[in-house]
Amino acid sequence: METKQVELSSNNGTLKRLGRWFVNYAGQLGFLLILIVVLSFSAPTFLKTNNIINVSRQVSVNMIIACAMTIVLISGGIDLSTGSVMAMSGMVSAYLSFSGYPFVFCALAGVLTGVLSGLVNGLILANTKLPPFIVTYAMQSILRGIVFVATGAGTIRLQNQAYLDFGGSSVGGIPLPVLYMIAIILLTWLVLGRSKMGRHIYAIGGNPRAAQFAGINIKRIVVLIYSLCGACAALAGLVLTSRNTSMQPAVGIGSEMDAIAAVVLGGTSMAGGQGAIAGTIIGAFIIGIINNGLNLLGMDSYYQYICKGIVILFAVYMDDVKNKKISTGKAL
Amino acid sequence: MEHNLLEMNNIHKRFPGVYALRGVSLSLKAGEVLALVGENGAGKSTLINVLGGIHPKDDGEIRIDGKPVEINSVADARANGVSIIHQELVLVPHLTVAENIFLNREPKRGGLVDYKTMFQDAQRFIDGLGLKIDASEQVFRLTIAEQQVIEIVKAISFQSRIIVMDEPTSSLSENEIDALFEHIAALKAKGIGIIYISHRLSELPRVADRVTVLRDGQSVGSANVADISNDEIVRMMVGREMTRYYTRTYNQATEEALRVEHLTTARVKDVSFSVRKGEILGFAGLVGAGRTEVMKGILGFDPVLSGSVYVGGKRVTIKHPSQAYALKIGYIPENRREESLFGFRSVQYNLTLRVLRSFIRGVRVNSAKEQQITSEYVEKLSIKTASYATKIQNLSGGNQQKVVISRWLAAKPDILIMDEPTRGIDVGAKAEIYELMNALAAEGMAIIMISSELPEVINISDRVIVMRENRISGMLEKSQLSQEAIMQYAVNL
Repeated sequence: METKQVELSSNNGTLKRLGRWFVNYAGQLGFLLILIVVLSFSAPTFLKTNNIINVSRQVSVNMIIACAMTIVLISGGIDLSTGSVMAMSGMVSAYLSFSGYPFVFCALAGVLTGVLSGLVNGLILANTKLPPFIVTYAMQSILRGIVFVATGAGTIRLQNQAYLDFGGSSVGGIPLPVLYMIAIILLTWLVLGRSKMGRHIYAIGGNPRAAQFAGINIKRIVVLIYSLCGACAALAGLVLTSRNTSMQPAVGIGSEMDAIAAVVLGGTSMAGGQGAIAGTIIGAFIIGIINNGLNLLGMDSYYQYICKGIVILFAVYMDDVKNKKISTGKAL
Repeated sequence: MEHNLLEMNNIHKRFPGVYALRGVSLSLKAGEVLALVGENGAGKSTLINVLGGIHPKDDGEIRIDGKPVEINSVADARANGVSIIHQELVLVPHLTVAENIFLNREPKRGGLVDYKTMFQDAQRFIDGLGLKIDASEQVFRLTIAEQQVIEIVKAISFQSRIIVMDEPTSSLSENEIDALFEHIAALKAKGIGIIYISHRLSELPRVADRVTVLRDGQSVGSANVADISNDEIVRMMVGREMTRYYTRTYNQATEEALRVEHLTTARVKDVSFSVRKGEILGFAGLVGAGRTEVMKGILGFDPVLSGSVYVGGKRVTIKHPSQAYALKIGYIPENRREESLFGFRSVQYNLTLRVLRSFIRGVRVNSAKEQQITSEYVEKLSIKTASYATKIQNLSGGNQQKVVISRWLAAKPDILIMDEPTRGIDVGAKAEIYELMNALAAEGMAIIMISSELPEVINISDRVIVMRENRISGMLEKSQLSQEAIMQYAVNL
């Protein structure tokens, strides 16, 4: 008898949580659904397996960065340097690969470059009161400059097959980048939802002073968060370089904004302290599907920018309206 | 027939799901101070928001000078001579006093702001209240008390005839309060009616003429302050006899828990004291005397320049608060919202933040243990919340404070420092917190309580240390405690 009751109540809890989840993301899910329905009617290839795999692969690079960006935004920060970190990591690994080093070594060196860039960001932010926007923007500019200087603004073609396979091959029909993306999503979910550090991240983003009074080591967490963000950006850089079969010095320009847009679309607050990875997943897919759909519809890429911007504005506005409804309802 | 300056009759206000005002009535005469009291959630804030045009009423009638008026916006309220001074001051810190007073209605000349006229007019209003404040000073350089007076100046400059003050004394020291009361007397003499909201009943005889008590969104009664005792007011507020408003069973203290010798930081000078297990040590003094700063030195927030700290007889060096917390010292800061609460997060999150280690290993969360910790303290402190997942910002101040206290109790400290533990919470919750402190001390916890409310200090403490100008100016045993004795040490006579 007793076990039955426990089962029932835990079932209720799961249902309740699922229900709350749907209400929470009603705006985004509704929007995603509309997008899918409209596109499946207007572009017949949209729902083909091939295209679904294609969309997932296109989304993966942005998603990897957006996951890290979710953590950064929840902590009350922002990282504008991820696009340049992508290029740095791509360049370092491509040069090493060109010099004949094995791919694993090149990849680790690339990721390490990202961690180091993030570490510098984190150390500056932890030990000064400079705003993250400015610090990481400066880092963006410095790293991009280094890449242009070091490459002479030229591209580096990849020859190493392992490097080309890293982003180009599939396992059981699923592209490797999609698997990396799933791994990073899981990792982010564990960090934010299940670890002590995750709770501390929400604390320092929600109320840094209270976090300090609660004895949370804010500096250590800030350094960790930005290093992690650097690592994810570097991974994304490796994937993109591999997919492009060459390292291009302009790779990733503006990509940090797509990541931030995905996170904010997913309901994470730019003010910090609120948000979750589930929203970011939906947000990244909304952006990915817009890009994919407009391509399928044969829209000129310059018009795509305009269209994407309008759609992002609209989606964020819908989320804002929904939040206001919920919060006035909560004043109950 | 003479009209009341203000009459609010049978005011109703519903929010989605909450019936905040269910027929509140009050009246205010010109030149009168009406105290408005009630527990948190009784409807005081809603009522003044109705009067101030922030939340227009659903039903009922507002009359000014006997004429019915409609107040649907802040502009309507102003036009009808109503000014509200909120508890959180809303001055712009980096603008000057004059710019703040004339914000959004700056005198213009040729399309540009006429600063000369603005400063002259502002200074005239300031001088009119007999203040020594320069209109060209930037607001952030003023004390809280001065900023508050600027709000009053602003209200007068609007030709307001009804001024509402929401807990104006909550962050003022005793002599600043005296000055404020003098200003209030001056406003009365000008025929201005004042609605005065306060949790400090002891102030009422000094400042108010009449009192109106709210409970659960209704007005339960009004009386002349001279005709009613504080006990009677409290009874009306809570609707029950508060026989044990203040309780403290004095414990014969035992071993020493914490000793501080000659502690000097950038903000305190040569502080020495000790607190024993089972003892409640009060820290009294004016706001700004350095009481919180002593604790910040002990806890590693401020670097220690000289002096030493002993915990349980052993000398310790604390450079970061986490080291102090590891030594089983707990610290409940004075500003709940700014320094303790994570408003968007749940009750459970806020309560368990200091003991995550006991139920999270890596990424494995023992939810049952987490819930058990939460329910233990929710029951022990009778925290009223719809669920553990409720956002803490939706709780009343008293329940928020209980969650914050639970956060520290869950970490099982030997020494608990409580900075203004009952600020801004209602009398019912206050009494519960006093009883809790009493019980904790009986279990052997050493408690240091900083408080600016003298009755609280006197009734709850076993011993009291008084500070003045960043130093300890006196120490009083239980038998010596009186308001006069404490004030003598607190002010420079």
